[in-house]
Amino acid sequence: MLTGKEYIAWRVAQELKEGMVVNLGIGIPTKVADFLPEGVEVIFHSENGFAGKSRKALPQEIDPDLTNAGAEPVVLLPGAATFDSVLSFTIVRGGHLDVTVLGALEVDVQGNLANWMIPGKKVPGMGGAMDLVCGAKKVIVAMEHTTKEGAPKILERCTLPLTAKGEVDLIVTELAVIEVTPEGLKLIEISPYTHLDEVIAKTGTKLIIDERLKKAV
Amino acid sequence: MGTKKTTVKDALKPLKDGMTVMIGGFLGVGTPESLIDGIIEAGIKDLTLIANDTSFPGKGIGKLIEHRRLKMIIVSHTGTNHETQRQIADGEILARLTPQGTLVEQIRAGGAGLGGFLTPVGIGTVVEEGKEKIMVKGREYLLELPLRADVALIKAYQADSYGNLRYRATAKNFNPVMATAAEIVIAEVEEFVDEIPPDLVETPALFVDYIVKGER
Repeated sequence: MLTGKEYIAWRVAQELKEGMVVNLGIGIPTKVADFLPEGVEVIFHSENGFAGKSRKALPQEIDPDLTNAGAEPVVLLPGAATFDSVLSFTIVRGGHLDVTVLGALEVDVQGNLANWMIPGKKVPGMGGAMDLVCGAKKVIVAMEHTTKEGAPKILERCTLPLTAKGEVDLIVTELAVIEVTPEGLKLIEISPYTHLDEVIAKTGTKLIIDERLKKAV
Repeated sequence: MGTKKTTVKDALKPLKDGMTVMIGGFLGVGTPESLIDGIIEAGIKDLTLIANDTSFPGKGIGKLIEHRRLKMIIVSHTGTNHETQRQIADGEILARLTPQGTLVEQIRAGGAGLGGFLTPVGIGTVVEEGKEKIMVKGREYLLELPLRADVALIKAYQADSYGNLRYRATAKNFNPVMATAAEIVIAEVEEFVDEIPPDLVETPALFVDYIVKGER
């Protein structure tokens, strides 16, 4: 049985198709790479300057000139390419990145995303998040359904400063898969960990229940 | 190029208090550590920094934060350095947080003689505050202006005897573009070779003023 976080990563991985160029954020999104469907090969983009496949470096393999975007030493596998930051963000903004997967503090009905700062508390900077969310063809938010205190993170309207406006396409949590549509948030899947009532109770806005889902439950 | 190869101390002579300095690196990878140590030793202060991030405490640009040599930082990220965040919160240092792709493109525009560029990144966020918005073919963009510096401190893998540079792995990051966008460019390299084959040169010697020896 997968943990909640592993389930999120596994479920996001099912969205990835052969040959896609994919950027994974820090935290739960990083784990997506461990759950790629059998036979599916994707190109991972790391905004500090490489694309392709990599693995964590063993202690004797550590090269101070080679890390992933989370500053962890890695080893590049055959087929990988390195590049500078200009090309890295040309990939991000120029329509060359198929999917970006990242965490969120809040996400709302309009596909707005807040994940870079909490005023008065934490101002770490946006890094490449705004570019990734704005530039990727598909934006998947991979996060736990509520905060540690149990407060909803899926809201009618974000309260925190936005990372980007109207860019989120899909929200995957340990409870549900939710699509951002022009009509609102559409619940398309409920995880084996829960039931419809819990999803509704833990979501801070109205969900449109997909027809197929109504039949299933 | 014998004249370009010099010591850290001599290379840093053009860098004065209050200047704007670009420093290469991504979370400390590809950062010219010897030049940063040189700034601290020379007592240079009140610098405006343009860089991706402020690294980790005790590493790379993190040392300039601890030694309080910066009055303002233009960076995309401070999340790995709690001391930077404390100094910002307590008003000891000014910070202009900029999306990473916008920052790198501002430097590119500065080095390429462009008056600015239009990007959709930041629309609908605090990043758009005070910036001109321009519609192009039905999409809204922000006008972002170029960035240049008095001095760029970059890290490369090799320099040849002419001053051409090449880089390694993810230590490239902001270094090649910063080499185009400052009045004086100082490169710290891991090794000197006689000649880098022309097809492998990443930063042509014409961009480089001084070169010093560093470590990986």
